[in-house]
Amino acid sequence: MNNQEPLIPKVGTITDVRIDTPDVKTFRVLTPDGKKAFDHKPGQCAMLSIPGVGEAMFSITSSPTNTEYMEFSIKKCGCVTEWLHQAEVGQQITIRGPYGKPFPVDTVFKGQDMLFIAGGIGLAPLRSVINYCRHYRDQYGKIDIVYGSRSKDDLVDYKEIIDEWCNDDGINVHLTIDNPQEGWDGHVGFVPNYVKELGFSTDKTAILCGPPIMIKFTLQGLQDLGFEKTQIYTTMELKMKCGVGKCGRCNIGAKYVCKDGPVFRCDEIDELPDEY
Amino acid sequence: MRKISLDSLAAFFEAVSANMPLYLPVDGKEGASYKKWEPGATYSKALNTNKSAKDFFFPQVENMMAFKTEGKNIEVLDIREDVGPFAIFGVRACDAKSFSILDRVFLSDPVDSFYKNRRDNAVIITVACSRPLETCFCKAFGIDAAAPGGDVECVMAEGNVYLEAKTEKGEAFLKQVEAATEAADAKAAEAEQAKIRERIEKLPLASLSTDRFGGGKTKEYFDSPLWEELSANCLGCGTCTFVCPTCQCYDIKDYNTGKGVQRFRCWDSCMYSDFTKMAHGNIRNSQKERFRQRFMHKLVYFPENNDEIFGCVGCGRCLAKCPISMNIVKVMKTLGGAERE
Repeated sequence: MNNQEPLIPKVGTITDVRIDTPDVKTFRVLTPDGKKAFDHKPGQCAMLSIPGVGEAMFSITSSPTNTEYMEFSIKKCGCVTEWLHQAEVGQQITIRGPYGKPFPVDTVFKGQDMLFIAGGIGLAPLRSVINYCRHYRDQYGKIDIVYGSRSKDDLVDYKEIIDEWCNDDGINVHLTIDNPQEGWDGHVGFVPNYVKELGFSTDKTAILCGPPIMIKFTLQGLQDLGFEKTQIYTTMELKMKCGVGKCGRCNIGAKYVCKDGPVFRCDEIDELPDEY
Repeated sequence: MRKISLDSLAAFFEAVSANMPLYLPVDGKEGASYKKWEPGATYSKALNTNKSAKDFFFPQVENMMAFKTEGKNIEVLDIREDVGPFAIFGVRACDAKSFSILDRVFLSDPVDSFYKNRRDNAVIITVACSRPLETCFCKAFGIDAAAPGGDVECVMAEGNVYLEAKTEKGEAFLKQVEAATEAADAKAAEAEQAKIRERIEKLPLASLSTDRFGGGKTKEYFDSPLWEELSANCLGCGTCTFVCPTCQCYDIKDYNTGKGVQRFRCWDSCMYSDFTKMAHGNIRNSQKERFRQRFMHKLVYFPENNDEIFGCVGCGRCLAKCPISMNIVKVMKTLGGAERE
């Protein structure tokens, strides 16, 4: 009998639930003995499940440099996420991972000026990279973060953005919301347009995450500014069951998003059949 | 090489069964299927079983784990059982090859222990195809139905079954049942193998070629307008997937038994509308897209990732079972141009 079985999960305990927006909560998860379930790299994912409800893949939003716990920012949009949104502190779930190819933070990204662009819940996977870069601040150049959502109330991690990211030296945070709102004196407009207005220099490495429509137009906007697809990274999301490249669900072309992704360079996506 | 007279097959099966459970194709109302041998059971004369032999290693449904929940607490129960040695008699060349294709998926890192535990414990006794069918096209995938491989290879000729060990496991197996077999020379078996190869050359699909397919051909075929007509009548029933020896997509689901939750795995099909459906949408909304995925995977994507090995063994089950008579041969002929000589 082989004792290792990748599909058998560990037990995790929800130790904190933070309400980010009307439909996003951030869950802190630890093993029952108070440790991190496993180590990960920025951009990797984990399978969370509630027995009897189902299992689903989520990006790990906390940075690997956080030695105390893991966090998952989860939008309520399906069976598993609805159940999680009802869960209270102390609730146990199951967890397995880490899965997927991370962002190349220790190779390609080193020494680069970084441009993070996120829309809505798309900040969840980027937060891991952003906080990783902040932790190893001297290893990266200037950091720009463009983050937009439908309204002020839909900005995930708002407190961390305002209290920490905005106060860091060498980090410029550019927030935007789709429509004008009382109490908001920041930028109003869609992310792709805002990126073009800000007009970034093309010597940066860009990382994009958000709804498919936002990715499509932002990618176009960056190319209009003169960026090459080889400078732009994104992270994909597809239906997954196993997480280890066997169940077949996240297969696109010869790639499996769970193990060959979820992080892809945009020119690599061009090599895939147009199904995403 | 050893032999047994066809008349004394039952004695051979009994000798095997004394050592380990033995499974073999047995005729039933709707064709042949693998059954555990019991006294009185006879080996089916059908060329192949309705469902492939993948069930032995990748069963249609299996419980993987259980959960005990109490209040907010969860306990994960590892319910995997030790698998003892077992023998499968009568595996055809196509199904034997399919195991090596499934191995590429389930034994690649990280290893699927459910699959491996069964695979490690199986003795595969293949039988050469003396009477290949019109639906057979294993030759296109480099398979020799006269020499089907496995741990022990059998050829039926002149009222005897000739057995030859092909692996160490096969040698040990034959040693165990030596008393039920007798020494033989290879002449009769080799003569039969030559005849089988002649018969295969005369099959209607003997000239089917895979030359036009393989890794790196995504761009060539993905946007072909031919997918539309090929998939037009597809019902999305998934029969092709279920009878296919190499289809390995699966679903994982939970079932509340009332006394706890079981998490099980079951066969799934990329032909089904909800295969890629998730909370925020579906990447393959039409049957054309789902149909294309299945064949692109077998003819392009799988070879691209697996040293140019195709995800098909030419068993012909999909030709026999598809309710609208669509199948991989039609797809290959249509996409690849006219039938190539």
